[in-house]
Amino acid sequence: MSFLEFSNITKTYPGVRALSDVSFGVERGAVHGLMGENGAGKSTLIKILSGDQHADAGAISIDGRVQAYGSTRNAFDNGVIVIHQELQLVPELTVAENLSLGRFPASVGVIARRRMLDDVGAKLKSAGIDIDMRRKVKTLSIGERQMVEIAKAVMLDARVIALDEPTSSLSSRESEILFALIDRLRGEGKVILYVSHRLDEVFRLCDSLTVLRDGKLAAHHASLEDVTRDQVVAEMVGREISDIWGFRPRKTGEVRLKVDNLSGARLRIPASFEARAGEIVGLFGLIGAGRSELMRLVFGADPCSGGTIVVDGEIVAAASPHDAIRAGIVLCSEDRKHDGIIQGRSIEENINISSRRHHTRFGVLNRASEIATAETFIKKLKVRTPSRRQDIINLSGGNQQKVILGRWLSEQGVRVLIVDEPTRGIDVGAKSEIYELLYQLAEDGMAIVVVSSELPEVMGICDRILVMCGGRISAELARDQFAEKAILAAALPDKKTPDAIAS
Amino acid sequence: MTDRLKKILLGEQGLVVIFVVAFALVSLLVPNFLTDRNMLGLLQSVVTVGIVACTMMFCLAARDFDLSVGSIVAFAGMVAVMASNTTGSILLGLIAAIACGAVVGWVNGVVIAKFRINALITTLATMQIVRGFALISSDGRAVGINSPDFYQLALSKLLGIPTPIWVLAVLFAIFGFVLNSTVFGKNTLAIGGNPEASRLAGVNVDRTRIWIFTLQGVVCGIAGILLASRITSGQPNAAVGLELSVISACVLGGVSLAGGRATMSGVIVGVLIMGIAENAMNLLNIPAFYQYIVRGVILLLAVLLDNLRSSALGRR
Repeated sequence: MSFLEFSNITKTYPGVRALSDVSFGVERGAVHGLMGENGAGKSTLIKILSGDQHADAGAISIDGRVQAYGSTRNAFDNGVIVIHQELQLVPELTVAENLSLGRFPASVGVIARRRMLDDVGAKLKSAGIDIDMRRKVKTLSIGERQMVEIAKAVMLDARVIALDEPTSSLSSRESEILFALIDRLRGEGKVILYVSHRLDEVFRLCDSLTVLRDGKLAAHHASLEDVTRDQVVAEMVGREISDIWGFRPRKTGEVRLKVDNLSGARLRIPASFEARAGEIVGLFGLIGAGRSELMRLVFGADPCSGGTIVVDGEIVAAASPHDAIRAGIVLCSEDRKHDGIIQGRSIEENINISSRRHHTRFGVLNRASEIATAETFIKKLKVRTPSRRQDIINLSGGNQQKVILGRWLSEQGVRVLIVDEPTRGIDVGAKSEIYELLYQLAEDGMAIVVVSSELPEVMGICDRILVMCGGRISAELARDQFAEKAILAAALPDKKTPDAIAS
Repeated sequence: MTDRLKKILLGEQGLVVIFVVAFALVSLLVPNFLTDRNMLGLLQSVVTVGIVACTMMFCLAARDFDLSVGSIVAFAGMVAVMASNTTGSILLGLIAAIACGAVVGWVNGVVIAKFRINALITTLATMQIVRGFALISSDGRAVGINSPDFYQLALSKLLGIPTPIWVLAVLFAIFGFVLNSTVFGKNTLAIGGNPEASRLAGVNVDRTRIWIFTLQGVVCGIAGILLASRITSGQPNAAVGLELSVISACVLGGVSLAGGRATMSGVIVGVLIMGIAENAMNLLNIPAFYQYIVRGVILLLAVLLDNLRSSALGRR
C-alpha cells in the first residue's frame, strides 16, 4: 500500500458523475502529476482530498490510516495542504504574520514578535525560501505569494501537498524557483500532488502520473520513463466520438460578424475573427486562454480598448450589453449562476427581461404577451417545470440554460448568438437537445459562436474551430481539418508564451 | 395542524394574515381603538413613513439603501416654507421643495451607480450634508408659515378624509402599479435578484438605480411638504430617525434586504403594523420609553419571520 492511497473514490453531483471508482497511490518523496481535460474530475478529487467535498463512496488513506475527515480543518490537522489557484493570504498582514496566523506565539494575548520572526525565519531558511518576511503580502508579486503559500505548508509540517495549476499565473523565472522548491520538498519525503495542464512541466517535475478522463481513471503511470507526450495526450482525449452531436451540414451565407483587432484590459493581444450566417464557430482553449474575455468584449460586457465589431457590414458600438443586444448580438454566459439567472424571480420574468421592451407601451408591461412568450419558449425548448411562475433557482442546470436561451430567442432580430460553455454541468439528454437547437438557429441564418473547453463538443458540433492559447488565437481549422492532437497542441501553452492575460 | 399553520404564516400572504389577526386582537382588547376618529388619527400618523416607504421599497428591492430620507424630508419642508414665504406663491414653494428633493436623490444615485460608492456610506454622508443645509437655511430656527392656505394642505378634507391620507393612498396605488406592471419595476427586482446577470441581460442598471434614488428624493419632497404643513412650520430638526422607521416598516413588510423581493401590499401592511403598535400603546398609556423596546422587538420578530420564510422558500 502506498503512503497516499485513493481507493474507489466516487462522487456524483446532480446530473453529473464527477468521479467514478478512481483508485491510485502515491509514494513518499514523489511528485505525482494529475492530468486531464477540464471537467475530467481533477478539481473534484483535490476538493475531496482537502475535505471541502465528501466522496459518495471510497476512501483516502495516508500512511495506512484511513482519513475520516469531514472538514478542511481536519484535513489540515492530518497534514494535508491544498494550494489553490486563488491564494488564501491576508494582503494587509506581513509574510511572517500570514505564516503564523492562527498560531501566533503570544503571552497574555500580546504577540511575541521576536519569537514569531525567529520561528518563521528558521523555517523559511530551512526550506530555502528567500523572501523578506517583514513585507506585507499585498506588496509581493503573484509568484512570491505562491512561495508564501507553499511556505505555509512547510510551516505546518504538511505530509501531503497538493498544488492546483500552480504556474498558471507565474512567469517562467518564478516557475523555476517554484520547481526548485518542489524538488527540495520531494527530498524531504513529502508527497506532492501536482495538477497541471502543461505537459512539459509534468514531464520535467513528476515521478509518476495519473490521467483522468470523464471522472474515470484513464491511465496510471508509476514511472514516466517510457511514457511519451503523445501517449498522455491520447489518454487525456481518447474517447470514441459517439453520435450525441447529430451534426448536420449547412449552407453558410455572408459574413455576419467580423471582429477586427479587438482588445481590452483583460485581453491585451488584439484578436480578429469572423463568423458567417448559418455557421457554427467553435472557440476552444483551456481555462484562462482568454476565450470568455474575448466574447465578453464582443458583447460589450467589458469595455474594449481598441478594435471594431461589424455585424452585417455595420460597425457596432457595443459599449454595454444593452447596446450589443440592440445590434443583434447576444451572449449566454459561462457562469450561469452569477451572470445568467436572476435568482428569486420566476421563469416568466427571466425569459422576458430583455425582449419585453418590444411589447411595452410607455414602460407599462403587456401581461398577455409576457405570458404567451414564456409559455411559447417553455414549450419550444422543453423546459421541465410545473409552471412558468416557478422560481428559476429551483430548476436543474440544463433547464436554467434553456430558460436563458429562451431569453435570447424571444428577442427579435438576433443575428449573432454566443454561447459560453453551453452544456457545462448538463446531462447528456439535455445536451443533444441544445445542440439540435443550435443547428436549427444556424439554419435560420444566425451566426453562432460556441465557446467550450470540451474538445469533443467543439469537434462534434462546429463547422470551424478557433483555438485560443495565452490570450491569442493560435490556430484556425475547418471541419475537414479537425484533429484532436493538432487542436490540443495549439491549445497547450508552451514556455515562450508571454503572460498575455493579466491576473 | 402545526404544518398547516406554518404554511399559512410562512406563505406568500403570511404577513397579511398576521396583520388581520393583530388588528382584530387590538380592536377587541384596546378600548377606543376601533373608532372613526382613532382610525383617521392612526392613518395620519403613518403618512410620512408610508409615503417614504413607497420608494424605499424600490431602493431595498434593488439591493440599495437610503439613510438620507429623514434629512431630505426636513430640508424639503424648510425649502417649501421659505420659498413660498419669499415668493408669496405656494405652488412655487412646492415645486422648489420637490425639485430640491429630486436633486439630492439624483446626486445620491449618481454617486452610488456611477462612482460605485457603497449606498450605505453615500447616503450616510448626504444624510449629514442635507441636514446641514436644512439647519443653515434658517440658522437652525424653525420658520413659520405665512400663508394660511399652506395649512390647508394638511387640514383640508375630501369625503371626510384628510388630504394627506389621500396622497398616501394615491402613492401606494401608483408605486404598487410601477412595481408590478412596468419595466422599471421589474428591472428593479431583477437588479436586486442578480445585478450582474441583469446587466448582461441588457438592463441599464446604472440608469435604473439613479432613477430609483431620484424618485426617492421626489417622494421625500412630498412627505416634507405635508409634514411642514401639518406642523405649520419648517423645522430643520424634523424627521430625525425617519430612515430607521421607514426601513423597519419595509422589512416588516417582507422586503428583502438582500434585494429582489418586495410587494406593495407587504409594505402597506408593514407601515400599518408599525402605526397600530404605536397607536395602541398610546391608547394604553404605555410610557414612551417602553415603546422603543416594543418597536425593537417587533422589528426583530419580523426579521426572524422573514428569515424563516426565506429558508422555507429555499427548501421548496
